[in-house]
Amino acid sequence: MNAVVTESLEPLIAGLRSRGFTVVGPTTRDGAVRFAEISCAAQLPAGRGDEQQPGRYRLTERHDALVFGFAASPDSAKRYTQPPRQSLFRMREGTVEEAEAEAPRIALLGVRACDLAAIAVQDRVFLGGRHPDPAYRKRREAMLLIAVNCAVPGGTCFCVSMGTGPKATAGFDLALTELSDPHRFLIETGSGRGAEIVTTISHRPATGDDISAAEEISRVAATRMGRQVDTDGIQERLAGAHDSPRWAEVASRCLACTNCTMVCPTCFCTTVEDSSDFTGGVAERTEVWDSCFTLDFSEVGGSSVRGSGSARYRQWLTHKFSTWFDQFGMSGCVGCGRCITWCPTGIDVTEELGCIL
Amino acid sequence: MHPMTSAPYLVRSRRPDRADTVTLALKPVEGPCPPFLPGQFTMIYAPGVGEIPVSISGRARSGGYVQTIRAVGAVSGALCRTRRGDVVGVRGPYGTAWDLSAAAGLDVVVAAGGLGLAPLRPVIRELAAHGSRYGRISLIVGTRTPATLIYPGELARWRDRDGIDVQVTVDHPDLAWKGPVGLVTRLIDRIVFEPRRTFAFVCGPEIMMRATAAELVRRGVSAARVMLSVERDMKCGVGRCGHCQLGPLLTCLDGPVLSYERAAGLLAVREL
Repeated sequence: MNAVVTESLEPLIAGLRSRGFTVVGPTTRDGAVRFAEISCAAQLPAGRGDEQQPGRYRLTERHDALVFGFAASPDSAKRYTQPPRQSLFRMREGTVEEAEAEAPRIALLGVRACDLAAIAVQDRVFLGGRHPDPAYRKRREAMLLIAVNCAVPGGTCFCVSMGTGPKATAGFDLALTELSDPHRFLIETGSGRGAEIVTTISHRPATGDDISAAEEISRVAATRMGRQVDTDGIQERLAGAHDSPRWAEVASRCLACTNCTMVCPTCFCTTVEDSSDFTGGVAERTEVWDSCFTLDFSEVGGSSVRGSGSARYRQWLTHKFSTWFDQFGMSGCVGCGRCITWCPTGIDVTEELGCIL
Repeated sequence: MHPMTSAPYLVRSRRPDRADTVTLALKPVEGPCPPFLPGQFTMIYAPGVGEIPVSISGRARSGGYVQTIRAVGAVSGALCRTRRGDVVGVRGPYGTAWDLSAAAGLDVVVAAGGLGLAPLRPVIRELAAHGSRYGRISLIVGTRTPATLIYPGELARWRDRDGIDVQVTVDHPDLAWKGPVGLVTRLIDRIVFEPRRTFAFVCGPEIMMRATAAELVRRGVSAARVMLSVERDMKCGVGRCGHCQLGPLLTCLDGPVLSYERAAGLLAVREL
């Protein structure tokens, strides 16, 4: 392992900012860990942890100084890779103006292994097909990813089942492991850009003790998953489960509120909004996040193809764990557990899979 | 260019097609119109109102697309109200095509329900133009009322000039109607084809396609030789909005044209 150790993230944050990056990292706001622009390490949520269970999220106080002592938060990288709202174009008479594709130089600090896996899923969706998205590509290329290896998985995490974590193995520019006694960060580089940034901050080479301490953190984290899923043959098993009575049972608890899809780091569905000025001379199209839980999502000829809640839940769960493979050659679920935590009625996708399969 | 950006197209002509349907000829404001295969669709944008997928029903003499639209919602209504010289947005063409070469040498059954005749029009025109490449050619059409039948003039020409066996049935006859009444599947009895050597193109409401395809297969036509065009809501046409999923398929990329062999199991699942 080619790694170095630093005692503070202050020089890293300052170095990124001096290179023109907007540093976005975890902060606490609204009773949750939320991504926001930060200008110094003091804004990171030192000493804060979280408690996550189905339908439950609480910030807690930790008895140590860890700044990444919490699990996946409601925000994921999706907010930056695929903004919730983006203007597509304006049409005026016979001319079309494309929206200037925004590609801010964002350094995303604190990305988990599950979220790196989610970005890889999005790359496949937006860049891997017949109609690649140049705006997405620009945003991705402008983005620097600084991963954090999970030390304290949440009660709803199951990245080990999905093979995506808890240690970041690919897709990052830098990966941090936060170590205690003394408080320090082991930094691995994953790209040339990452390596170049490391040269500008004060550090010392990692010792064997640093490296084994970091390995121990990932090893222990892997044993502390709050949930698990048996993924063996899951694509085929789900494809054959259209008639399970469980769909109706879970639909009786599902509010179709769309929370699970909004917090999901891979759910990519969108709709478009149209507007025009008062004269009708300029029309604008905007793409916004959408959810397969809404009734009008599958509307054809005035009625919804999936009119029942059970059909909509089946669509969502089957897409994640089965038809995503057909469409993109990979799983649509990365095991981050957000959909379980943020479901207001505590529907647990791992429990549903256990009952359906 | 971003895959969601429309190109401006001029409405070159607008022909009302009976009751609530119009046929538009659309041509790019600038540059050539991309080629299309029969069965493919474009995303047509009514500025400020919205965008819908519409199958291409032919190439215009001026070089653009002919597209037939029924006013059923806000966007289709706005498109139906456009006038010659108006500008709309067009993206595409997208999707899979009717495979005419696979029908060569075989009897051909074309079955249309309502507006489903529009996406089949390029198929029928090809069959009419090169009839000797195929066996017996039959076109069966079902429509709600005599007044909702589209392309009545062309239907007559295909029958009288091109030797296609054209049969039309209506759900609700008016006083002048002397033809068959009822489902399009009932017309299968009135046409001649050798099931084991038949290729079928079917387009219409899903329930009509299911019934027609099932009946053709029951009579011995191979499910792999029965093609359908599946309709689903779409916001993008390019596999990124998620709306058009039919089980493992993204209808915009894997469809709309599918073989019944592939579609039958999917269409049999309620609310898939």
